[in-house]
Parts: sequence; structure tokens; C-alpha cells
Amino acid sequence: MSRVLMRGNEAIAEAAIRAGCQCYFCYPITPQGELVEYMARELPARGGAFLQAESETAAINMVYGASAAGVRTMTSSSSPGISLKLEGISYMAGARLPGVIVNIMRGGPGLGNIAPAQGDYFQATKGGGHGDYRLIVLAPSSVQEAAELVMLAFDLSDRYRTPAMLLADGMLGQMMEPVELPDPIDPATIPGRPWALTGAVDRAPNVVLSFDLDPQGLKEMNKGLQRTYQEITERELRWEEVDTEDADLLIVAYGSMGRIAKSVVRSAREEGIKAGLVRPITLWPFPYARIRELSERVSTVLTAELSAGQMWEDVRLAVGDRAATPFFGELGGVVPTPRDVLSEVKRYANG
Amino acid sequence: MPMVETRIPEGYTKVFTRPEALSDAQYTYCPGCHHGVITRLVAEALDELGIRGRTVGIAPVGCAVFLYRFFNCDFVQAAHGRACAVATGLKRANPDLVVFSYQGDGDLGAIGTAETVHAANRGENITVIFINNQIYGMTGGEMAPTTLPGQRTVTSPGGRDTRLMGYPLKVSEMLAQLDGPCYITRQSVHDARHVGLTRKAIVQAFRNQLEGKGFSLVEVLAACPTNFKMSPEQGNTWVVEKAMKAFPLGDLKGA
Ligand SMILES: Cc1ncc(C[n+]2csc(CCOP(=O)(O)OP(=O)(O)O)c2C)c(N)n1
Ligand code: SF4
Repeated sequence: MSRVLMRGNEAIAEAAIRAGCQCYFCYPITPQGELVEYMARELPARGGAFLQAESETAAINMVYGASAAGVRTMTSSSSPGISLKLEGISYMAGARLPGVIVNIMRGGPGLGNIAPAQGDYFQATKGGGHGDYRLIVLAPSSVQEAAELVMLAFDLSDRYRTPAMLLADGMLGQMMEPVELPDPIDPATIPGRPWALTGAVDRAPNVVLSFDLDPQGLKEMNKGLQRTYQEITERELRWEEVDTEDADLLIVAYGSMGRIAKSVVRSAREEGIKAGLVRPITLWPFPYARIRELSERVSTVLTAELSAGQMWEDVRLAVGDRAATPFFGELGGVVPTPRDVLSEVKRYANG
Repeated sequence: MPMVETRIPEGYTKVFTRPEALSDAQYTYCPGCHHGVITRLVAEALDELGIRGRTVGIAPVGCAVFLYRFFNCDFVQAAHGRACAVATGLKRANPDLVVFSYQGDGDLGAIGTAETVHAANRGENITVIFINNQIYGMTGGEMAPTTLPGQRTVTSPGGRDTRLMGYPLKVSEMLAQLDGPCYITRQSVHDARHVGLTRKAIVQAFRNQLEGKGFSLVEVLAACPTNFKMSPEQGNTWVVEKAMKAFPLGDLKGA
């Protein structure tokens, strides 16, 4: 462990290298430029391959190829670039290829702007690309957590043979914080990949594909995917709770907004409001059961996001009519102050 | 998957065999389609160079989507047009692999133009086999970027009108202008002599990769008898009399 001051984007890059990422492919876009620059500087010097592709579409397909060859590989981008990667992500899911995708979200839709936003929640957690697939989605709320979750993304992606996404926003990408960088992994601990394309010597040829023209065959392939998704849902749920034991008003928020909400819980408590926070760390799988359980004991579950209310749908699914489910959101890359959120909390607390 | 079984009657000897790099699976191509000949030539090249065990092939989206079944080597199926990007990923991850893609004109020259041009321009050390049959075979005979002026397809029913639909895209000529590629050639398989020349070109394209020379592309003119609504024989005539006029044979860069 070593403690250093780092920007989110750089910590993500460094953690990826320490996780054993050997190939990184990208196309420049703000606000994740520092991640690209860090990889360009560091990865080749440490024995890996860095390549700036002609587009995000090409970059994700390079990830597809490198993953098929059996190495740990990653690409990163921001919202409009992720839209272009969706085809490749769907192919990776179908072909059972691991790989990590980083989305440092910005304002949308369209070209939007380069300010922090959380408008890609639907895209990340509800498919985005075509077909019945799921993406493991990890949402850090600090530079430290971003570094740790990148390493986890590689591990989960390998373990379940499915792509994983780190979903952060421009605020986390740009902010500087002290980080305890995780130690580099021992490459021997990476699970073997007997399916990888390494040359068919003394074995039958390996084939990586995402299709089966026979509906029964494709049904079986899909059932295999669903079994994996079920297993991930049972084993890999992660979230953080703050002051939930005696809370009467629960905030659900993730990423940068989760960070803001944490300070709001503190100020609300100082003013005598029994507020608590659930901060989902895995956005897929989503901690429905825990939120549902807590909703039995509170009067209000307030969802706060840097969007028009995307995770809000999942929160409402979890809560049903057990509690009131208001929403607070900001749009277009505007980041609310803790005071803005606090006044919202007061409004519901005073009922 | 249908397998072909050949029993050799007593007293006979086998003088013509499958290349080792080909599996026993039966082709899914239509009878008389040039894809079959070209697929076999690629396998023969792998045999000749003894590289089957370190080769990874990339199947496109198109009539060659089942290529992985026909070969006896590791294979990956790529999204429509993305084969050259997938090849780049494979090769950068493991430069010891011999990597080839096999792509139609829609795959390589329409939806995958950017991936192709940039892999070529980077001098990516891969081998690309490009089947130019001037039509979209798999989806039912739509116009391809390579469709000839006046050629009727289901999406150019009155014939390709160059004022509205542009001209046949000369992919190989374009790529030959770049500094990155080491070998760009256009061949054909309409008769035995040209089959031999195509075979030689494919072997050369793999040899270049083994020698680390960079991007090689062998374009092969082909007919799609099914969608041209022609006999295989008429398909050969089409290649000679029509396709070759727009796409003259020969080496465009290197050799
Ligand atoms: C993204 C996407 N768009 C369209 C298709 C449908 N499609 C399948 S094959 C094909 C064209 C194939 O033509 P070509 O590359 O010339 O190969 P051929 O079949 O002639 O060998 C198309 C458009 C697809 N599979 N994916
Ligand atoms: S449709 Fe055309 S290109 Fe495709 S296999 Fe049949 S003849 Fe060949």
C-alpha cells in the first residue's frame, strides 16, 4: 500500500495496471482525458499495450479481440463514446468475454456537455445494447473507492466471464484525493482461461462467438447467461449504509450524489432529523431487498440523482407503497450543493 | 453439423485430400459459390506454411459467418465490419499469433470501412482476405459498395444509378495509397490459372505476417450465383467480363 494524492481518472488507470490490465484501447473524450494520458505514458513502460483507436467502436472491438486472446483488457470513455461501444459490449456479453469498461459520465443527451452527470444509469444497468444481457455495474463515490472497484471489476469480470463497467462521473474523474493504492496483483491469481484463442496445439480448436442460428441452441446459451446473472445477483451485491438503524427518512443515492448525500445525512442529524443513507455500490445487481426491508421502517425514501430520475425507478420497484418515494434531481451537468439537498430533506421530514 | 465422409474403394488411392487446416464440416455456401474455393485456398496456405497451430481466424458477418466451422484452428466471430479491430486486439495481446480476417465487401468496405482503413494505416501485422462479390450475399442480394454501375440488385432494382448511389468503391486502390500496408493485391478464382495465382498471393500475405512486415490484403473477385441469378459458369463469365473491368487484377502495392 502506498498513499498518494491522485486525480480519480489517474487512480483508475493506475489501479487497472495493478490489476494486471495488459491491453488498453481508447478514443479521447472529456472528462476522462487524464485516464487516457496516464495509460499512454505508463502502460507500455510497464510491459502492456496502449492503442488509441479510430473510434470507440473500434476500441471496444479491440478489447473483444484482446480478451479473446486471453489477457486482461480495458477501455474507457464518457457518455457519447459509451453509446458507440454498446454493440461491442453486447457481443462481449454474448461471447462470454471478460473485460472492463469505464464510463466517466457527462451531461447528455446528444453531445450534451462535459460537466458531471448520472444520465447513463439506464444505459448501463438496463442493457443499453441489444439482447438479454446484463452488465456488472460498479459505482464509486471517492477516488479511493474508484481504485478499489476497478480491481474488483477485473476480478468479477474474469470470475463470471462477463464484461463489467465502472460507472463514475466527471466530478470523480477530475477530483484529487489521497489514495491508498492497492498492491499489484500476483498474475498467478488470475483465473485460467482454457477457452482463450492461443493456437490449437494438442487440443481441439477454441471458438469465441455470440451467435447460434438454432433457436433452441440460442435459448440454451441465454439460459446459461441468466444462470450467471442469477449467481452474480446472489453473491455480489454491494452497498453502503449510513445511520439507517433508526432512520425515518432514507436517502438512496450513488456515486458523486451518494457522497453529497452522506454529508446531508450528517447535517440533517445535527438538526434533529433522523436521516439515513443507502448508497448502492453495485448498480447492477441492485440492492432491492435491502431497500425494501428498510422501507418497512421509514416514512420516506428520497432518491437523489444527477439525472431526471433513472435509479428512482429501481428504488420505487423496491419500495412499492411501503413508504413515500419522492425524487430530487439535477439536470444538464448542474451539481447541487449539500444545502440544496438538505432543504429537500427538511421538506419531507417536516412532512 | 453435416459431415462429409469419404470411403475409398479397394484398389483406389486418394490423390486429392482436404487441407489439414480444414475440418470435416460441410460448407454452407451455395453450390458454385467462389467463397468455397477461396476458403480452401486459405486453408492450403496455412498447411503450406505449417502455421495452423498458431493461427486465429476471424469470421465476418456475411455468408462466411460459419467459417469457424470449416477450419481446424482457433476462431472468433466478429461484429459486422469490426474484424480488423478484433484482429488488432488479438495481435496486440499476443503478437506470436498469426491472425487473419476473411470479410465480404459489405463487411469490409461499407460498415467496416473505418476499421479496415485504420488497421491498414497502422500497418497492423495481420492478413486480410477480402471477398469482393459486388453484392450482399447473406441478406438476400442488396447493393454493396462494390456493386457495378447499372447492376441490378434488390435495393437497386433499376440498376445502380451512380448519380444517386455513387460508384463502385475501390477499396484496394484506396488502401494502396497509404504508407502502412505492405501488400495489397487483387486476384480472382474464375479459372485454374487464377486459382493458382490467388493461392500464391494468399501464401505471400501470410508470409509477410510471419516476417513481421505488416498489413497485407488479398482482394479476390467473386460471383454470387444465387443472387446474380446465374449459373456458376455464368458467374465466372461475369467476373471476367464485368467485375474485372471495374476492378482490374494485379498487385496494387508490394508483392
Ligand atoms: C450491424 C449489422 N447490420 C446489418 C447486419 C445484416 N447483415 C448481415 S450480412 C450483411 C451483408 C453481408 O454482405 P457481404 O459483407 O458483402 O458478405 P457476403 O454475404 O456477400 O459474403 C448484412 C448487412 C448485421 N448482421 N449487423
Ligand atoms: S448467397 Fe451468394 S455469396 Fe452467399 S453463399 Fe450463396 S452464392 Fe455465395
